[in-house]
Amino acid sequence: MDALDGNAIGGLLQEVFGTEMTAAVGTCAACGAAGPVAQTVVYLRAPGTVVRCRNCGSVLMVFVEVRGRNCVDLQGLASLGAG
Amino acid sequence: MEGTAVRGRLTWQVATVSQLIDETATVRTIDLQVPDWAGHRAGQHLDIRLTADDGYRAERSYSIASAPGEPVAITVERLDDGEVSPYLTEELRSGDELELRGPIGGYFIWDPARDTGPLLLVAGGSGIVPLRSILRHRERTGATTAARLLYSARSLPDVIYHEELDRYHHDHGVDVVYTLTRQQPPGWTGRTGRVNAAMLAEIAWPAGQDPLVFVCGPTSFVEAVAGALVGLGYPPGRVKTERFGATGAPGGP
Repeated sequence: MDALDGNAIGGLLQEVFGTEMTAAVGTCAACGAAGPVAQTVVYLRAPGTVVRCRNCGSVLMVFVEVRGRNCVDLQGLASLGAG
Repeated sequence: MEGTAVRGRLTWQVATVSQLIDETATVRTIDLQVPDWAGHRAGQHLDIRLTADDGYRAERSYSIASAPGEPVAITVERLDDGEVSPYLTEELRSGDELELRGPIGGYFIWDPARDTGPLLLVAGGSGIVPLRSILRHRERTGATTAARLLYSARSLPDVIYHEELDRYHHDHGVDVVYTLTRQQPPGWTGRTGRVNAAMLAEIAWPAGQDPLVFVCGPTSFVEAVAGALVGLGYPPGRVKTERFGATGAPGGP
């Protein structure tokens, strides 16, 4: 399926982080590109949800739901916070 | 805590369908009564969750079609191979209940108090839905922000909210331009074919006027439009984008 963007996981991110995150700025640990989470490249069924850097394609975040719990991998991000 | 929503936390809640409106042969607007709705902003979306008798769940995101201050409404396009949209567009009846959470999103949002530059709205297919919320919000708040809409549809009968958009064009100072990609009615004098750089060069505000752009549609459409606008000198930060799957609602079929 087509890649979507970070808008599509606004609900998931709010569930995980407890606040609105699509306007937050993420910085890619691989290439240093920074931009709103809404503009990342998102694959919803990878399986799990995979979020990639729009600049270099590196994996920024991975979300997998296991028995009702969200497992979250943020290792691809150098930082994530308010714009 | 029952009956209250913790600020910032998203909770699933049960909404009731109050009205169904057929927009086109494959698109339907669903008006919802949501008991604990915190209010939404123009451009936000919500998540719908369907649960089958055997417990299987499917979740999809849909843009909110109504303006802030209006009852919540979504507009759904039926995808023949979809899991959720055929139910929403064909099975759902007035009075039925739907599980949803929202409002969601803080990026693809137009706020007339903050965003004063001229507006350029570019829609591909059902990508018009959040842009309709923006146009309704502009009308309801009496905002004088200059606005242009470029809407790419397969054919005239596929244009969603056609009468309403024409009304914005004639009565509310919005330049509404349709481009029909597959089929045109006899005598059609409007634009045809896909949105491309040449079309945008004619229709888009000059970059020097500091316009703010909202582009919504299928992924390939959004990338082509956003790329062309940056080529015309628009700063990427002024081009807000939201991508659907190949067809239909955000999140794919």
